[in-house]
Amino acid sequence: MPVAEILQVAAGGLLMGLIYALVAAGLSLIFGLMDVVNFAHGELMMLAMYAVFAIWQLTGADPLLLLPVVAVLLFGVGMAIYRGLIARALSVQFNRGMVQIFVTFGLAIFIRGAAQFVWGGEFRSVTGHWLADRSLNLGGVFLPLPQVAASLVCLAAFAGLLMISRTEFGKALEATREDRDAVALIGIDRDRIFAMGWGLGAGAVGIAGVMLAGFYYVGPNVGASFAVIAYVTVALGGFGSMLGALVAGVLIGEVEAFTAALWEPSLKQVGVFAVYLLVLTFRPRGLFGKM
Amino acid sequence: MPALLEISHVSKRFGGVAANVDISFDVQQGEILGLIGPNGAGKTSLFNSIAGEVTPDSGEIRLDGVKLSGLGPVACAQRGVARTFQVVRSFDSMTVLENVMVGAFAKHASSTAAMKAAVDVLEFCGLSPRMDRPAWSLSPPEKRRLEVARALATEPRVLLLDEMLTGLTPTEAQSGVQLIRDVQARGITIVMVEHVMEIVLPLVGRAVVLNLGQVLTIGTPAEIVKNPDVIRAYLGDRYAA
Amino acid sequence: MDNAILRRRKREVLGGVIVLAALALLPLPIKDVYTQNLIIITVLFAGLAQAWNILGGYCGQISLGHALYFGVGGYVSTLLYLKAGLPPSLGLFAAFGVSGMLALLVGWPCFRLSGHYYAIATVVVGEIGYLLFLNWDFVGGATGVFIPFHGESWAQLQFKTAKLPYHYVVLAFAAATWLTAFLLEGSRWGFAWRAVKDDVTAARSLGVNIFSSKMAAAALSGGFTGMGGAIYAQYVGYIDPDSVLAGHFSILIALPAVLGGVSTLWGPLIGAAVLMPASELSRSYLGGSGRGVDLMLYGGLIVIGALARPQGLVSLFGRKDDHARIA
Repeated sequence: MPVAEILQVAAGGLLMGLIYALVAAGLSLIFGLMDVVNFAHGELMMLAMYAVFAIWQLTGADPLLLLPVVAVLLFGVGMAIYRGLIARALSVQFNRGMVQIFVTFGLAIFIRGAAQFVWGGEFRSVTGHWLADRSLNLGGVFLPLPQVAASLVCLAAFAGLLMISRTEFGKALEATREDRDAVALIGIDRDRIFAMGWGLGAGAVGIAGVMLAGFYYVGPNVGASFAVIAYVTVALGGFGSMLGALVAGVLIGEVEAFTAALWEPSLKQVGVFAVYLLVLTFRPRGLFGKM
Repeated sequence: MPALLEISHVSKRFGGVAANVDISFDVQQGEILGLIGPNGAGKTSLFNSIAGEVTPDSGEIRLDGVKLSGLGPVACAQRGVARTFQVVRSFDSMTVLENVMVGAFAKHASSTAAMKAAVDVLEFCGLSPRMDRPAWSLSPPEKRRLEVARALATEPRVLLLDEMLTGLTPTEAQSGVQLIRDVQARGITIVMVEHVMEIVLPLVGRAVVLNLGQVLTIGTPAEIVKNPDVIRAYLGDRYAA
Repeated sequence: MDNAILRRRKREVLGGVIVLAALALLPLPIKDVYTQNLIIITVLFAGLAQAWNILGGYCGQISLGHALYFGVGGYVSTLLYLKAGLPPSLGLFAAFGVSGMLALLVGWPCFRLSGHYYAIATVVVGEIGYLLFLNWDFVGGATGVFIPFHGESWAQLQFKTAKLPYHYVVLAFAAATWLTAFLLEGSRWGFAWRAVKDDVTAARSLGVNIFSSKMAAAALSGGFTGMGGAIYAQYVGYIDPDSVLAGHFSILIALPAVLGGVSTLWGPLIGAAVLMPASELSRSYLGGSGRGVDLMLYGGLIVIGALARPQGLVSLFGRKDDHARIA
């Protein structure tokens, strides 16, 4: 493969990889806090994308402007999901692990049905916005601007998560992560931390969704296809590790891109899965996993 | 007569702490051996090494001449070393009978045989009336009995008892002592870690006294109570003379 | 010998015989094809859920990628029929064998993974299977495979004029899975799984080694699921990746067991009896327009069921001496 092509593929992989990383970060955050895998994570992203689409359709506003709006909206949705469902699931007396899995699974199906109900099953897309169809030419490598913007925003979001971890709240999050039973003793309201953790996790994936809407189609099944990649990314990076999510996300973005280019586009996910299974054979806890 | 269980030069460190230092002694077939010593003497970590929970840093533990150390708790149990836990670990979703059957399955593949064996063990341990009760509903002394019954069901050569008599009322302790004697009468060798001197010394044939990770002395109860080093270890210098 | 265990087992056998007899007689007076189909699907899924329950419930390894075995079983029996002339009545067992071995292959590396890691690994493996079959021309790729009708016969497992024979085939299948679960419950393995779930350290101290029993559970679970897939293929007359290998199918198989009550004998049956008619009815009346209301109902049902009755619907019929499971 000629060098220019390699660079092109690698660049594309990096851009998508950063988006995967942010989606995975949200998932990993929630898991690290309370041992719950949110199987509705993909559907939350899908909600964000539909929110962008709906508002854009109504007002013509550019998706980039809608970023803070939808991010906050998803934050609220995340907290609501925690208070309404997850808090209950955590206090169940029997089969707690199974209940958590299936509560979020049921939620995912419900959200998918709701999206179909409101907007129908056809694919939509957000077109004609500021960055659409424009690209950057860096020495022969073409970088579509929506994807570039998306990866920059995702990096910024990661930086944001890092900054939050330095604050009082971030320390409370970390403490709750380390020993969720003991934190009550030092005055941390665990319930509030969990709710905000869900808010942050949903907000993160919401941001990814908004940026994705800039160049990807919007449909009820979008969540499902990104979800599998997200779970794999988290498991590969290690549950509970933000750094793991970042590294794994980029790694998976690259593997996916090169598998598509060198083998077969429709089998690009198989390459990802193969790498995932390989890593798990030698490191069952993922690259940076602590759990 | 060759020893049943040989502990040779076993040492174990945990982080910076030397829990066991060069421990050596033998356990004879059919005896009741006490493992005693003040707090922090290293009894628990030695116990865990013999039971396979922990692998010694150096030294060996052999059963009938076959090396046991480093094989893990499952292998130890399968080869005939059974143990009880200081804090009772019953299978709370099961009945008393089912708990013991788990142990019986170590030696019987068929559930009919395992059930019969478990029923017999429960009879032996005096728990037959509680057979169909959920394990969590037993009283604390009954739970300890269940621990023993479950371990016995694996038909062990050696039974390791971890502070089985601690914290019992005198009556309960006497029942416990009788059970241990009955187990010995069946030909099972017993190693027991204990704190309660008045109860353990009349029961054991010999005892190994540990202090600060090392063997202080090995002897009969009569010898041990007169040993000035032992007295000093437990009570300090004032009482040694 | 008499004790609570033996008494309960006798009751279960009695119950099993009664339910079997009832289900054998059930379809006889029913003439409309829609209801006949509904019963067949319900019984098939009761069997599939019970097969899943062996691994996911009793053994505690929550697999979210069981569709792989279902699909592979269906394809194996179909392709053996079409390319090698093997009658599907025998193909069922080939499906059992291949799917069972596949489950062993997957289980071997995956059982070292804990809880959530394992669940996700099973999702990934399922997805790989789906993608591979979708792109594999030999098995028909995305188009799938049609099973031509060669005339009614038990050997070919093809019946055009009546659905009744299919009913007995799925009933035999469901009975086989129930019996397997019953035997496992009382066996050394069944006890081993429960012990490990309650207290791993204590279990190990009693010599319980569960790796080999996990493999056995995987083989049985995968094998029966594959057999169910073969039956399904013959029943529907058509097989393609979207209908038998897709991720949502894995959830469909597991759900009746989860809702009805995992690691119980009757849970998967009760769950199937509630879920299959509910999903069929909601799809017929609400889903046709593609507006997603059936999904909303289904999803809502799962959430409410999981939260309201985490021990499963089977607990609604519990007896006083059934002991509570501490979470």
